[in-house]
Amino acid sequence: MTISKNNIKKVEIVMGMPITIEIYKSANNKSTNKDIEEAFDYFREVDEKYSSFKETSEVGKYNRGEEVSAEMKELLKLAAKTKLETKGYFDIRKPNGKIDPSGIVKGWAICNAVDILRKKGYKKFFVDAGGDAEIVGKNWKWGIRNPFNKKEIVKVLKLSDCGIATSGTYERGQHIYDPVGEKAEITDIVSLTVIGPNVYEADRLATSAFAMGRAGIEFIEKLKGLEGYMIDKDGVATYTSGFERYVSLL
Amino acid sequence: MKKFFLSVLAIGIFVIYSIHLKLGGNENPSVAVKTSNTISSGAPAGGYKDGTYLGNVADAFYGNIQVQAVISGGRLTNVVFLQYPSDRSTSRMINAQADPMLAQEAIQAQSAQVSGVSGATATSGAFVQSLGSALQQAS
Repeated sequence: MTISKNNIKKVEIVMGMPITIEIYKSANNKSTNKDIEEAFDYFREVDEKYSSFKETSEVGKYNRGEEVSAEMKELLKLAAKTKLETKGYFDIRKPNGKIDPSGIVKGWAICNAVDILRKKGYKKFFVDAGGDAEIVGKNWKWGIRNPFNKKEIVKVLKLSDCGIATSGTYERGQHIYDPVGEKAEITDIVSLTVIGPNVYEADRLATSAFAMGRAGIEFIEKLKGLEGYMIDKDGVATYTSGFERYVSLL
Repeated sequence: MKKFFLSVLAIGIFVIYSIHLKLGGNENPSVAVKTSNTISSGAPAGGYKDGTYLGNVADAFYGNIQVQAVISGGRLTNVVFLQYPSDRSTSRMINAQADPMLAQEAIQAQSAQVSGVSGATATSGAFVQSLGSALQQAS
C-alpha cells in the first residue's frame, strides 16, 4: 500500500494485469485498507471463475462443452447483446472456435469492484485494471499512453464519474481480429480510447470499435454519450466531436 | 429559471456572433487545442467556411459557457456546449444533425503528472518484471 497526500493506493497483478485502486483522502486508513483488500479479493475470485487461461474456470468448462454457472450464462448473454449492437464486430468466439470473453469480463468486473467500494461509502476513487478504469468523483487527471513509447503519454485528460478503456495492438502484439471481414488482424490503427458513462460500456465499445479499423471512430461518434480518441500507425490521432471536453487545459 | 435562460441565450448569441466575426475575418479560428485541424464536408452555401470552431469562454454569472460551432454546407448545423454552468443539470449536446465531425491532430508527448494512464493491457514480461521490483521497493 502507498499513501500519498492522504490518498490510499494499492497495485497488484491479478488476471494477468496490474490492478490499481486509489481512494482519495481517506479518513480511516485501517478500514480503507480492508475495503481495498475486499475489492482485490473480488478480482481474484473473477480470475478463478472467468479467466480464459485457466482450465478450471467457467470459460474452460464452456469451451469443453460442460455445464456452466448462471453468472457465466449472464456474461454470455451480455456478449451476445454486444455482438448484435456492434453488427458482429464484438465477438467473443475466436478463429479457433473457442470463446474468450476477456473483452467483456474486465469492464464488468471493474464495475462490480466499484460497486463494492461505493456501498462502503467512498465518493472519490478509481479502479483501474490494465489501463481500463472506472473513475468515481470529480477531476481525476488521466493520460492516454503513447502507443509507440510506453513511457510517454500523448494526451492529458480531466475525468469525472466515467469509464475509460483503450483497445490496442501494441502491448500484446496483435491480439484483436476483425471477425466480420477477412479474419485479418487490424493493422491500420494502433490504439482506440473510449470514454463513456462507465467502464463496462467503454471497454466493450473500445474493443468493438477497434475491430472496425479506421471506421471505428465513426462508430463511436454516432453513439450518444461516448467519445473516442483513435491513433493510427502513423501517429495521427482522430477524435470525436465531443472529445475535447475531457482534455485538460492545464 | 427565466433569468438564467435569458443569460444563457444572451451569452450564446454573443458567442455565436463572435464566432461569426472570426469566420468572416480570418483563416484561423481560435482553438484551445493547438494542433487540431478539422475534416469538413460540403460546399459553402450559407456564407460560412465548413469546419468546427471553438468559441471563447464566457462568464455566464452562474458559471462559464464555452460553445463549439459546427459548420457544414456553409451553415451552422450544430452547437456543442463544452462548458456550461455546473450547478444546473443540462443536456450537453444540442444536436441539429448527427453528422460526424471528426477532428485530427498529430500526437505529442505530454509532461503532466497524472493519476492513471489508459493504454492497452500491459502483460509484456518486461513490464511485469519492472512493476514487480518497484512494488518490492514500495512495500
